[in-house]
Amino acid sequence: MENILSYEFMQNAILTGIMASVICGFIGPFIVTKRMVFISGGLSHTAFGGLGIAYWLGVKPLYGATAFVLLAAGIIGNLEEKISDLFIGILWAVGVAVGIIFIHMTPGYTPDLMTFLFGNILMASRTDVIITLILLFLVTLPIFIFYKGFVSVALDEEYARARQLPVKALNMGLIILIALSIVTLIQVVGIILVIALLTIPVAIAGEMSMNFKRIMLLSIVFGIVICLSGLSLSYFLELPSGALIILIGGMLLTLIKGAKKLSSHRKTTV
Amino acid sequence: MGHLIEITDVSFGYEDIPVLENVSLDIFERDFLLLIGPNGGGKTTLLKLILGIIKPWSGSIRILRDVAGRLGYVPQFASFNRNFPISALEMVLTGCIGPQNYLKRHTKDDMEKAEMILEKINLHDKRHENVKDLSGGQIQKVLIARALVSEPVVLLLDEPTASIDITSKTSLLDFLNELNEKMTIVVVTHDPTPFALTYRHIACLNKNLYFHEKGELDAHILENVYGCPVELLGHGIPHTLLKKH
Repeated sequence: MENILSYEFMQNAILTGIMASVICGFIGPFIVTKRMVFISGGLSHTAFGGLGIAYWLGVKPLYGATAFVLLAAGIIGNLEEKISDLFIGILWAVGVAVGIIFIHMTPGYTPDLMTFLFGNILMASRTDVIITLILLFLVTLPIFIFYKGFVSVALDEEYARARQLPVKALNMGLIILIALSIVTLIQVVGIILVIALLTIPVAIAGEMSMNFKRIMLLSIVFGIVICLSGLSLSYFLELPSGALIILIGGMLLTLIKGAKKLSSHRKTTV
Repeated sequence: MGHLIEITDVSFGYEDIPVLENVSLDIFERDFLLLIGPNGGGKTTLLKLILGIIKPWSGSIRILRDVAGRLGYVPQFASFNRNFPISALEMVLTGCIGPQNYLKRHTKDDMEKAEMILEKINLHDKRHENVKDLSGGQIQKVLIARALVSEPVVLLLDEPTASIDITSKTSLLDFLNELNEKMTIVVVTHDPTPFALTYRHIACLNKNLYFHEKGELDAHILENVYGCPVELLGHGIPHTLLKKH
């Protein structure tokens, strides 16, 4: 084990995994409770459009993905109440379509395309670690500062409006933070699995607590557990890390839900 | 009694469809005003206009300087996000959050006020329970407590009796009566019956507003508001429904 940890790629992967889990723990509970899972799915898939354009232009793919996700977040945040599932679905599909066209138009082989689609945390470089660290601060600091405002809009938007809170700005802020989180997580689990990492740790935490702050804390803990175990297994089994991370999360959630059901069944039959 | 809120010739609608037309209404100090009318008649819209959540197409809403920022609001029962995990105490504390302090932590004073209000409504022992685990009547009380923690001068309630049982209704009415000794109460309801012995003034709203100084209604006005035949009944007198109602 000590030997594995001495590899720089493994250190990078562990650091990225831990930081991504902290980001998930901070933003995931807002996504789940505010029912923004579909919006987040739409945002992550629009990243593919940016990715394709970045390949075509020959710039770092993550920059293209970031630009597209932030642009989509801006549009969604600006439309606010007028936003519909239909619109998100279209944004989702158009993002992917733009990506496919531009990747097709890019001459030669696109070596790390699969990494962006399905994630490969083991490929994280020192630069990626630094970028993730910056994103960690960019996501968590505003949540610390605007926590009461974000909770107010997540709990009761109409009441927040009646209290003269800047609801539109807070919603826009929240969507931008979700977009930044998605950019971070694309490196870990890829575009397709981002939603799972944003929601599974929260779902597990929600089985154990009904207190929002505690759910945030537990989501971080479970996120770290899931990421690090998926990472270790992928190293030993030589299987894709992103998919293993999500599978472990899914299994842990099933186990905890099952155990809870069994224990409540026992209580009612005793 | 002075006017706390003056609504003059207000018109408003959604998209291009008018919901309120030339509505004028004065709300007095320590009034208990019932705002009744059929569903879709614009009652909730008028509350939202008073609260500044939406802006009128035309006309004006003048709120006395001391009252502005001190409007307590109890929205319809189902308006908050039931999916959000929050205790009764935390829910009441969100009533302290306003534009001046939403970046700051809750103060000791906020906490004391929230605890005191929960004590007053006999829910102090439930303060750490999740709101969604409380009964309908208890949730309604928590929502009122959330509005009261900001020490309002006017309390605006939207359909407060819609989702609660008869026992909870009685206790809620007693509580509102007690509050009315210190503050103005405005209740929006499509069913005025529970408030029959409580209100001071009544206004009927169905796009247009009919206000009654003496709190008296006649069948002709109610027919205009509800758009159907209406028969007035005395309380305690057995009654029948109109055939074509």
